[in-house]
Amino acid sequence: MTKIDTFIKGILDILPLMIPVVPFGIIYGVIGVEIGFSPMEVFAMSFVIFAGSSQIAFAQLFAAGASPLVMISSVAVINSRHILYGAVLAEYLGKLRLTWKIILSYLMADQAFSVSSAYFKKNVKNKNVHFHMLGSGLTLWSLWQLSTLIGIVLGNIVPAQLGLEFAIPLTFFSLILSELRKLDHLIIILISGICSVLTYNFPFKIYIIFSAIFSLAISIMINKKFK
Amino acid sequence: MIWTWIFIAGIITFLTRYSMIALIKPNTLNETTKKALTYVPSAVFPAIIFPAVFLDKQGDFIYILSPQILAFFVAVIVGYLSKNVIFTIASGLISFWIFSYVLH
Repeated sequence: MTKIDTFIKGILDILPLMIPVVPFGIIYGVIGVEIGFSPMEVFAMSFVIFAGSSQIAFAQLFAAGASPLVMISSVAVINSRHILYGAVLAEYLGKLRLTWKIILSYLMADQAFSVSSAYFKKNVKNKNVHFHMLGSGLTLWSLWQLSTLIGIVLGNIVPAQLGLEFAIPLTFFSLILSELRKLDHLIIILISGICSVLTYNFPFKIYIIFSAIFSLAISIMINKKFK
Repeated sequence: MIWTWIFIAGIITFLTRYSMIALIKPNTLNETTKKALTYVPSAVFPAIIFPAVFLDKQGDFIYILSPQILAFFVAVIVGYLSKNVIFTIASGLISFWIFSYVLH
């Protein structure tokens, strides 16, 4: 396959996964504005951070008066899953030039990882596999920026009485739908959730990181025990 | 000041994505670490979901038959059965609006 063909394949492969991404971006834009960020700040987060769930958490913690250290470390914990993506992709991207590594790392969001790592595995002989991730990543990136912009515009129109803030827990819940049927995940979900409501009033809004690390520690113990 | 934190958050996010690709010898993560990283969404997102559903702004538990708790359970049922992201968010939001209207 040529570079262009592979690039287009990347775009086509990721398109079905964009159906939930667009409303997610719009919700993020609306909520960012409603929380009190300037449109430029809301947009800058999509551009600079480019990781939806951590952007919402970052904005929410800022609005709740969390300390910057807590905001930053919450982003780090939420995005630590990318380390795993990097470990999987390193096999295919490790040989590329530095510029390629930087661009594809910046574009390494969940959906791009998901479709392109699957493609890499199936097309080991194709020397241009990285063009697939460029296609999937750029598609995701463009739609994320566009939907953020739509959200920012709507955020100035939609009345606050609609209670769109409730879309935050709904959106995060929708991100773990596929884990609900796995018992080990379900246990961790419940432990983390219960822990978070009990530690909500701990200083510095530390409850997210605290609950995450606490339930991760339990998950490791559960895994050791049942191996 | 917020701009500084946005950029730091951006750099940290980039490093989570770049770190493993930058390594000369790939795949240096041990199995326990790999397994733990697959649990990250299940460990982090509930800590954002639960307080937003069950607590008020002061951190006190809200009444169990509040619109948002009822609507959340609708979303959980729809999400579990349909596994569809859009249906889940839409069912939660719409039932939240209906419960808010009916219960007030």
